[in-house]
Amino acid sequence: MHAGIIFLLVIVGSILFHIFTPWYWTDIASNWGGMDDTITLTFWVGGGVFVAVCLFMIYCVFKFSYKEGRKVEYKPEDKKLEKILTWATTLGVAALLAPGLVIWNQYVNVPKNALEIDVMAWQWGWQYRLPGKDQKLGTTSPMFINDDNPFGINIDDPYGRDDVMIQSDIINLQNNRPVKILLRSVDVLHNWYVPQFRAKMDAVPGTVTFYWFEPNKVGEYEVLCAEYCGVGHYAMRGGVEVQNDSDYQNWLGQQETFSDLIAKQNDIQIEHNKIAKKKDLNIKKDIYIEN
Amino acid sequence: MSEEYDNNKTSYQAQSSEVLGGASGTTPSDMDYVRPAEIPEQELYHAHSFIEKWVFCQDAKVIGVQYFLTAVFTGVVGLILSWLMRLQLGFPGLAGFMTAEHYYQFVTMHGMIMVVYFLTALFLGGFGNYLIPLMVGARDMVFPYVNMLSFWMFFVAVAVLMASFFVPGGPTGSGWTLYPPQAILEGTPGSGAGILLMLISLSLFVIGFTMGGLNYLITVLQARTRGMTLMRLPLTIWGIFTATVLAMLAFPALLVSSIMMTLDKVLGTSFFMPTIIKAGEVLEYGGGSPILFQHLFWFFGHPEVYIVALPAFGIVSDLISVHARKNIFGYRMMVWAIVGIGALSFFVWAHHMYVSGMNPWFGFFFATTTLIIAVPTAMKVYNWILTLWRGNIRINTVMLWCLGFIVTFVNGGITGIFLGNVSVDVPLSDTYFVVAHFHMVMGIAPLMVIMGAIYHWFPLVAGRMLDEKLGKWHFWATFLGAYSIYFPMHYLGFIGVPRRYFEMYDSPYMTSGVGLNEFISLAAFLVGAAQFILIYNIIKTLKTGKPAGKNPWQANSLEWFTSTVPPEHGNFGDRLPVVHRWAYDYSVPGAKEDFIPQTTPPSEVANTEVEKT
Repeated sequence: MHAGIIFLLVIVGSILFHIFTPWYWTDIASNWGGMDDTITLTFWVGGGVFVAVCLFMIYCVFKFSYKEGRKVEYKPEDKKLEKILTWATTLGVAALLAPGLVIWNQYVNVPKNALEIDVMAWQWGWQYRLPGKDQKLGTTSPMFINDDNPFGINIDDPYGRDDVMIQSDIINLQNNRPVKILLRSVDVLHNWYVPQFRAKMDAVPGTVTFYWFEPNKVGEYEVLCAEYCGVGHYAMRGGVEVQNDSDYQNWLGQQETFSDLIAKQNDIQIEHNKIAKKKDLNIKKDIYIEN
Repeated sequence: MSEEYDNNKTSYQAQSSEVLGGASGTTPSDMDYVRPAEIPEQELYHAHSFIEKWVFCQDAKVIGVQYFLTAVFTGVVGLILSWLMRLQLGFPGLAGFMTAEHYYQFVTMHGMIMVVYFLTALFLGGFGNYLIPLMVGARDMVFPYVNMLSFWMFFVAVAVLMASFFVPGGPTGSGWTLYPPQAILEGTPGSGAGILLMLISLSLFVIGFTMGGLNYLITVLQARTRGMTLMRLPLTIWGIFTATVLAMLAFPALLVSSIMMTLDKVLGTSFFMPTIIKAGEVLEYGGGSPILFQHLFWFFGHPEVYIVALPAFGIVSDLISVHARKNIFGYRMMVWAIVGIGALSFFVWAHHMYVSGMNPWFGFFFATTTLIIAVPTAMKVYNWILTLWRGNIRINTVMLWCLGFIVTFVNGGITGIFLGNVSVDVPLSDTYFVVAHFHMVMGIAPLMVIMGAIYHWFPLVAGRMLDEKLGKWHFWATFLGAYSIYFPMHYLGFIGVPRRYFEMYDSPYMTSGVGLNEFISLAAFLVGAAQFILIYNIIKTLKTGKPAGKNPWQANSLEWFTSTVPPEHGNFGDRLPVVHRWAYDYSVPGAKEDFIPQTTPPSEVANTEVEKT
C-alpha cells in the first residue's frame, strides 16, 4: 500500500511542479509563437496520457496487490481493446504531428522580403555581414580569408563590394522585418541560437545553412552557441539588439562596407609604402655617408 | 563433472537416435506429442583447469557474468564521472582542479561508457549470454569458443578505452557523438591520442560484439529445445534477439565511421573534413562532409537506443507477468511491437539532426516516421499496465523496479514526442530538455529494468535471495532521486539553457536555474551513493543470504528448471526439457497452483482452461 501512495505523490508532485514552476520559457520575441503553441498542445495531450497511465497503474497497485487465493483474470488477448487503443493512439499522434509539420513548412519556406544576414562563426566568435544597397550579398570562400578580408569576400564579385561588415559579435536587427540567417563556419560546427527567438540551426563548415525568423520585440538579447564546438563552447556568446526603424537606419549608416575597408587598406598601403620609401632613402643616405 | 557427461553419452545417443528415428512410436493425436528434434545435441567442451573454467571460459553463463562484471566496472567509472560533472554544474568552482577541458572529457567519457560499454554490454553480453541458452532450452551457445573471444575482445576494448585516461592530452572531449571536424582538431581536449584510442576501442567493441551477436542469433534460431516454437519464446528472448539483429545492422555504420575518422586523423584523408581555417592557417583538408558523419553516426545511434530499450522491454514484460501472477497481456501484439519498433528504428535516425544543417525537407519524412514509432511503443505500455489489471500483484522489490520503469519510461517517451515532432524540436534541441529526455527514457528506465532483473535472477545465478528490505531502500532512493534529477531538468531546457556548457555566466534566464542545478546535483550524489546499497546487499547475500532453492518466484520459463541451482555447465542435466506451452500460464482457472511451467505436458493439466499451449 505504501508503494501506491508514494507513486501517487510523485504524479501529483509532477503536476504541481508543472503548474507552479518558476522555470519556464523566456518571453517570446519572434514570430515562432506556433512552436510554443505546439509545445503547449503536446504538453496537454502527452501529460494527460502520462497521468492517465500512471494513475491506472497506481489503481492496480492498490486494488490488486497480492492476496492468497485472489481470483485472477486469465485472458491472454483482447482483440477489440487492442484495436481501439491502437487507433486512439494513432489519432492522438497524428493530431500532434499535424501542427508540427505545418509549422515546419513555414520554417523551411523563407519569406521573399526577408533580409539576408551572413553569420560567420569560428572558434570562438561571431561576425556578421549585411547586403549593401544592391540588396545582395557577395559570394565568399574561406580561402579568401585574410587580415585584409576578414569575411573572405570574393573581390571579383561586384555584389560583395557594398556589403556591410560588422566585425563585432553583436548585430542589430530591425523590428518586424523577417531575417534569413545564412550560417557559415570556417572551422567546426556551431549554432547561432537566441532562446527568445526559439529558432536555431547549426553552422557547418563547407556549406551554408539557413533559417529565418521575424523579431517582434525591441530589446537586447544574448546569442548562445548551441552546438558543441570545443573547449570555448560555453563562452561563445554574442548579442542581438532589436531596434525600431529609425534607430536601426541610424546604426546601419555608421557601419563600414567592404569598399570602405578596401579603400582604407589602400590608404594604409600607400602610407606604408611612403614610410618604406622614406626609410629606404634614409638607409641609402646612411650607406652613402658611410662610404 | 566431465565423467558424468561421458557416462551419459550413451543416453544422449539413445535419445538422438530415438529422435532421428522419427515419430513412429508416437502419433500426432497423442496429447503430449512434441515434434522430435531434427539434429542431435551438440558436444560440449568441458573446462579442464581453473583458467578454462573461470578466465577463458566457454560456458555462456560464466561469459555472461564476466560481461556483467566488466560492464558494471565501466558503469561505476561512468557514475563517478557524472558526479564530477554535477559537482561543476551545481557548485561551480568547488572542485579546484576542474577545467573546461576536464569537464568536456568527463561528459564525453560518461556518455560513451554508459551507452555502449555499460548498457549495451550489460543487456546483450550480460543478460543475453546468461539467459538465452537457459530460456530457449539449450545447453550452451552454439559457438562457445567464439563467444569466449567475444568477451575478451570486449575486455580489450574496455582496456583501450580506460587507457585513454592516461595518455598525454587525456581522453577525447568531443562529446559522445564525436562530431568532426572538432573531434580531431585542436581546440577539443584529447584530439590527439584520446580520440584515436576512442575510435580503436569502438572498432574493437564492434568486432567483439559481432562475434557475440552471431551466437545470440543462431542460438535463438537453431538451438531451441523441442517444442519451443518462436511464438512460445519468453519476451526477454524476443527483446534480446531483435536488439541483436539491430546491432548487427547498426554497428557496421559505427565501425566504418570510426575507420573513416581514423583515416582523416592519421592519414589526412578528408571524408568528414571540409576546407578549414585554424588560427589563420588553411588546413590540408578539403571537400569532406561533416554531415555525412552525423548520418552514419545516427544510423548507428538511433537503433542503438532500441538495442538498449528492446531487451529492457522484453525483460520487464517477463518480470511483470511473473510477479503479477498473470499472463502478459497481448503476447502476440508484444512480439510484433518489438519487431516493428526494431524495423522502424532504422528509418528515424535523422530526427537527431533536424537542426544539423541537412536538407530541411528531410524533416517532414523523419518527423512522420518518428511519430509512427510511438504507436507500437504505446501499445507495449498499455499491455504492461493491462497485465497488472486484475492480476495478483506481489509488491516486492522486483515489481517496484518494474513500476518505476513504467513511470520513467512513459515520462521519457512522452518527451520524445516533443523532440520527434520536428518544429517542436527546434527550440528544445541542444538544450537540457534533450539531456533530461534521453536520460529518463534510455538511462533511468533501462536501469530500472536492469535492477529488477538483478533482484529477479540473482537467486538463480548465486542460489541465494537478495535482502528485500535493503532492496526496497535501494529502489526508493534510486527512483525518487533519479526522478528528482530528470523531471525538473526538462524545465532548464524550456528556459533555453544549452547542454554541454561548462559554465553559465550571468545570462539572466540561466542564473534563475542556479538553485535548481544545486538541487539536481544533490539528487545525483544521492542516487549514485544509493547504488552501493546494492553492492552491500550482494556481498551480504553471498555470505549469509537465504538459500533460494528451485524456482523461488514460481515462474514458468525454462531457466528455473535446471538440474541444479545455480545451473552447471550444460544447464539441464541428462535430458533437455521439452516445451509444451508458452511461458505465461499464470493463474489458469482450474489449475492446482497459480503457475504452469512450460515443461508441463497438457495431460497433467487436462482439466484447466488453458487457451493457448
